[in-house]
Amino acid sequence: MSTALTAPDATATTADTAVRLAGVHKTYGAAPVLEDIDLTAAPGEFLCLLGASGCGKSTLLNLVAGLDQPSSGSIEVPAGRPALMFQDHALFPWLTAGRNIELALRLNGTPREERRAEAERLLELVRLGGAHRKRIHELSGGMRQRVALARALAQGGQVLLMDEPFAALDAITRDLLHEELVRIWQERQLTVLFVTHNVREAVRLAQRVVLLSSRPGRIAREWRIDLPQPRRIESAAVADLSVEITEHLRGEIRRHVQH
Amino acid sequence: MSSTETTPPTRVDATTRPDDDLQGLDALETVTAQRRPVGRVLREKALPPLLGVLLVLAVWQLVYSLHVTPSYKLPSPLDVWHSLTDLWYQGSLFSIIWTSLWRGISGFLAAVAIGTPIGLIVARVRFVRAAVGPVLSGLQSLPSVAWVPAAVIWLGINDQAMYAVILLGAVPSIANGLISGVDQVPPLFLRAGRTLGARGFTSARYVLLPAALPGYLAGLKQGWAFSWRSLMAAELIASSPDLGIGLGRYLENQRDSSDMSGVLLGIILILVVGVAIDLLVFTPLENRVLRTRGLLQTGR
Repeated sequence: MSTALTAPDATATTADTAVRLAGVHKTYGAAPVLEDIDLTAAPGEFLCLLGASGCGKSTLLNLVAGLDQPSSGSIEVPAGRPALMFQDHALFPWLTAGRNIELALRLNGTPREERRAEAERLLELVRLGGAHRKRIHELSGGMRQRVALARALAQGGQVLLMDEPFAALDAITRDLLHEELVRIWQERQLTVLFVTHNVREAVRLAQRVVLLSSRPGRIAREWRIDLPQPRRIESAAVADLSVEITEHLRGEIRRHVQH
Repeated sequence: MSSTETTPPTRVDATTRPDDDLQGLDALETVTAQRRPVGRVLREKALPPLLGVLLVLAVWQLVYSLHVTPSYKLPSPLDVWHSLTDLWYQGSLFSIIWTSLWRGISGFLAAVAIGTPIGLIVARVRFVRAAVGPVLSGLQSLPSVAWVPAAVIWLGINDQAMYAVILLGAVPSIANGLISGVDQVPPLFLRAGRTLGARGFTSARYVLLPAALPGYLAGLKQGWAFSWRSLMAAELIASSPDLGIGLGRYLENQRDSSDMSGVLLGIILILVVGVAIDLLVFTPLENRVLRTRGLLQTGR
C-alpha cells in the first residue's frame, strides 16, 4: 500500500497527462451546463468531481468518455479510450456475469481463446471468483457493481470514469467497495475520475477533490488530500476535511439560490 | 458499522476458499433459485386447466341432457368423440391436421423471414419508420380474412393464395413485435455498449438484438396466432380440389352436410392445434428467455 502520493505538477506535459480538458464549454439549447472547465488528471491519479445536482458532473464524464461532444474547448485522453461505469450497473441481463466481461474483451479485440481465462482473472480481482456462471439478477447490488467494474477493466484502458457508481448501495456495501476500488486502483495504477455528490466518499477515496458549482458547472475549488490510503470513512481526518468541503459546497448552493 | 472498531476488516484469504463459493456479504446477499418438485408443478399448472376443460364438458353434457336445443344443433360430447374416432378409422385425421399445420408452419416461417428485416429497418431508419410504421400498425388491425377475395383473384384458388393470406396476417405482427422490442431497449444498454466499443453492426448484434428479444418473441407468438387464424379463414372460404382437405375445409364440408358434431370437432381441432403450438413452442421459449433475465418469478 502506498502512502500519500506526490501531487501532479500543474505545468505537466502531455506525456504525463492521462486526461486533459481545456476551456470546455457545453450548452444544451440556450442553457449552459458546463463553463470554462480546465482540468488535468495525471496518470495514476484518483480525482473526485464533487457537486450538487445540476452541476454537470455526469455531462463532464460523458464528454470525456466520448459519448457527447463539447460545444467548445478541447478534450484529450492521451492514456487511451476510457472505460465508463454508471450508477446503474448496466450489465446485460441476457448474459452471465462472466459473459458480460467476455463481451467487453471481444469488443476490444482479445482473441477468443484468451477471453475465458482473462474474465476469470478479472472476476478474481473483484473477489467474485465463483460468479462466472451467475445471472445478473442472481447477484446483489454490490456484486453487480463489482462485475461492472471488472467489465470496465476488461476494456484494458488506463482511465476509469465512474458516475456515482455506489450511490444506490447501502452503507456497509459501499464501504467494502471503496476498499476494493482503492486496492484495484493501486494495483493497476489507474487514472480514476470519480463523480459523486457524497463529500465523505470523495474524501475517503480521492487524492484530489474538485468542487463544481451548479448551473452552470464551473470549477469552484480544489483540495489535495494527502491522507494515506487505506483511509477509513469514519476516521476523524476524513470527517474534518469533509466538514470543510461541505461548508464550501453549501456556499455554492446558497450563492446559487440568491441569484 | 461499528465506530469502536479500529482495525480494518479482516478478509478471507482468496487462496483458502473454494472456487465457486461466495463468502461474507456476498453469500448473505446471493439469491439461490430453487426448482420446485415436478409433482407440485403438475398440480399447480396442469390441474386447473384440466378442471376447466372438465367443467366445460360437464356444462355441455348437462345442456344436451336437458334438451335445451334439438340434438342436430347441439350434439353431445360423445357424438363429437365418435366423429373423431370415425376420422381416425378412415385414416384421414392426421392428413387433415397435417395439411393445415404444414401450411401454417411454413407460412409462419416465411413470415418470420420477411417480417424480421422489415421490422429492423422500420425500427432503426427514421424516414422508413415515418412512412411505413403507420401502415404496419394499420395492417395489424385489419383482419387478414379481408385479403382472401383479393388473394384469390390475384393468385387463383391455390396454395399461393393461402400463403399470401398468412403472410399478410403474420408479417405485420412480427415486424411490429420487433419494432416495439427495439423501442423498449433501455438507452443505458446502448450507451454501455458504446463505451465498450460496440458501434453499428456490432452494436446491433451484441446489444440491440439480444436486448430486443423479449419483444420480438412476443411478436412471433402473436404472429403465429395470426398465421393460424388467417389460414383457417382462407381454407374455409377458398374451395378447390387442388388444395386438399385441411382443417378449415373439413369444417366447411361438415357444414355442407349439416353434420354438427363434425363442425364442432373441426372447431375443437383448430383450437387444439393453435394452443398446442403455443404451449409447446412459444411458451417454453418465452419462459426461458424471461427466466434467464430475471424477469420471471422463479418456479413459474
